[in-house]
Amino acid sequence: MARPRLETDARGGLHPVGNWTLRELAPHLADLRPQLAKVSRKTPWRLNGIERLDSFGAMLLWQSWGRDWPRELEISEELRAVIAAVTAHVGLRLPRISSFTPLDALVLLGATLLSFMRHVLDFLVLLGQLVLDLLFLCRHPRLWPLREISANVHKVGVKAMPVSALVGFLIGVVLSYLSAMQMKAFGVEVYLVDILGLGIIRELGPVLVALLVAGRSGSAMTAQLGVMRVTEELDALAAMGISRSIRLVLPKVLALTLVMPLLVLWTSAVALVGGMLSAWIQLGTSFAFFLESLPQVVPIANLYIGVGKGAVFGLLIAMVACHFGLRIRPNTESLAANTTASVVTAITTVILVDAVFAVVLRNVGVPM
Amino acid sequence: MRSTAETVVDVRGVVSRFGDNLVLDGVDLTIGADEIVALVGGSGSGKTTLMRHIIGLSRPVAGEIFLFGEPLWAGDYLEQQARRRRFGVLFQQGALFSALNVGDNIAFPLRELKVVREKEVRELVAYKLSMVELEPEHALLMPAELSGGMIKRVALARALALEPELLLLDEPTSGLDPERSVAFVHLIRRLQRQLGITVVLVTHDVATLNALAGRVAVLADRRVISAVSLEETRKVRHPFIERFFQY
Ligand SMILES: Nc1ncnc2c1ncn2[C@@H]1O[C@H](COP(=O)(O)OP(=O)(O)OP(=O)(O)O)[C@@H](O)[C@H]1O
Ligand SMILES: [Mg+2]
Repeated sequence: MARPRLETDARGGLHPVGNWTLRELAPHLADLRPQLAKVSRKTPWRLNGIERLDSFGAMLLWQSWGRDWPRELEISEELRAVIAAVTAHVGLRLPRISSFTPLDALVLLGATLLSFMRHVLDFLVLLGQLVLDLLFLCRHPRLWPLREISANVHKVGVKAMPVSALVGFLIGVVLSYLSAMQMKAFGVEVYLVDILGLGIIRELGPVLVALLVAGRSGSAMTAQLGVMRVTEELDALAAMGISRSIRLVLPKVLALTLVMPLLVLWTSAVALVGGMLSAWIQLGTSFAFFLESLPQVVPIANLYIGVGKGAVFGLLIAMVACHFGLRIRPNTESLAANTTASVVTAITTVILVDAVFAVVLRNVGVPM
Repeated sequence: MRSTAETVVDVRGVVSRFGDNLVLDGVDLTIGADEIVALVGGSGSGKTTLMRHIIGLSRPVAGEIFLFGEPLWAGDYLEQQARRRRFGVLFQQGALFSALNVGDNIAFPLRELKVVREKEVRELVAYKLSMVELEPEHALLMPAELSGGMIKRVALARALALEPELLLLDEPTSGLDPERSVAFVHLIRRLQRQLGITVVLVTHDVATLNALAGRVAVLADRRVISAVSLEETRKVRHPFIERFFQY
């Protein structure tokens, strides 16, 4: 393999030799480009020293000739054909994506607003479709996608138990430890059970589980639907006459709505155990006392609120996940963007809705 | 340009298995420079598997593969990368980057070299598009917006981007109508003659074989049972070959 060089002969003519191919040229381009740029229109060229010429080499020469054949040129028919083939096409312009103008900014703003509207609309359509599917399934009970529902219950519920228990336990310990330290300073340790019970059962439990599930199952649901779009599995299902909303969306939504309250119960219970343990170590509060006073100081309504919030959060997370999953276009960029959007939107929605719950239910279950 | 007896691909005694499934058992195949070789075999006979070994995507259990006279896995990262840039691959499903448009897909390997200027990249992309008989306007389409035949042609243009010496094509004509698949084969032959490259092409298709006019390597019984010209292949007495050419 001869390295590409540009030799000058006695008459000042140029004499490229070696392999003028992209691979051979690439390491020497830094030297060759300035030499090629100096060429004038009158320079005579002799191309019979070139062993191999590919389209990149041909293009380099053509550029250096100022996009025209040199006046004095010694060249074999074979090489002339290679260069002619390239030059026939270098004039072709690729269409450019036009640059950004102030008008585009306005259009972008409008498009953003419209796309928000479209999100809301699509979400409502999804919800409506879900209700219709439920009505349809009530009339045709044989068509319930029970296997899918149970598979989803296992995936989003049973398999989430270890991690939610771990997180719940640690939060319970930390909360109890920090509150106990402060309360000791004021001599109000007796209220520890109130704080832990109310805080965990009513607020922390549901929100914590919702955040975990949004990150864990919401993203998985979105990505699954997205990959099914990319690999045309959604189309294959549709072609078989299988409703994707009954077979894919409904099981996810139902499973998560059913499972979330149970996960909330489980996580809150483990968090309380953590808090109880920490209280026993730090304050010497006995388990018996903790368990006895819990129902007395925390009205049962809080448990209902916590579990109810869990169900609503589960519904929202699954709906948001499916909404974004079905919007994914068949390319990887859109898959990534929509999965991110799904998790972010789910978490934001959960926190917003939690705030609404806090305001609406401010008089319920709070001991006066 | 077609005088050198230099071997480009040399497969020696390659054995390949997936779990208990022995797919290749002692495959030998030698391909010289400027040759066109068609690799045929029944579905599931291991053609794609052999091709993945040749381009170094998976390692055989036993046996050796030499590309351009060097062992495939010799050398450090940069040497291996340089070797990989000497061949272009068209995958069975196209494998275009779905997030990039057609132009950027073809420009991708050129930009990776980091020595070609943006203006030159655009011109080369326009040229590669015309080589595979696509229009410059097609550069802005996304892979999801292409027809099956266009996907194959864009993938071929991308495989040609780095001016490879060896071109490996996995079923380039599957999913095309007979007329188009013959046109595609003529395109490949024209490019092969113009650029003086070696072509290895996997196919199921007798029409493609007839149009190709090169050597035919037959993969059956887990090895290459013959690798001779089409006329001679027709004469080989083997149940698979007899069934294959029956139609
Ligand atoms: N990643 C893998 N894991 C397990 N088995 C595999 C894998 N890839 C291929 N196989 C098996 O290896 C065998 C050969 O597959 P291969 O894809 O090479 O066939 P092929 O000749 O290319 O077939 P086709 O003409 O249908 O494309 C098949 O039996 C297949 O099941
Ligand atoms: Mg295959």
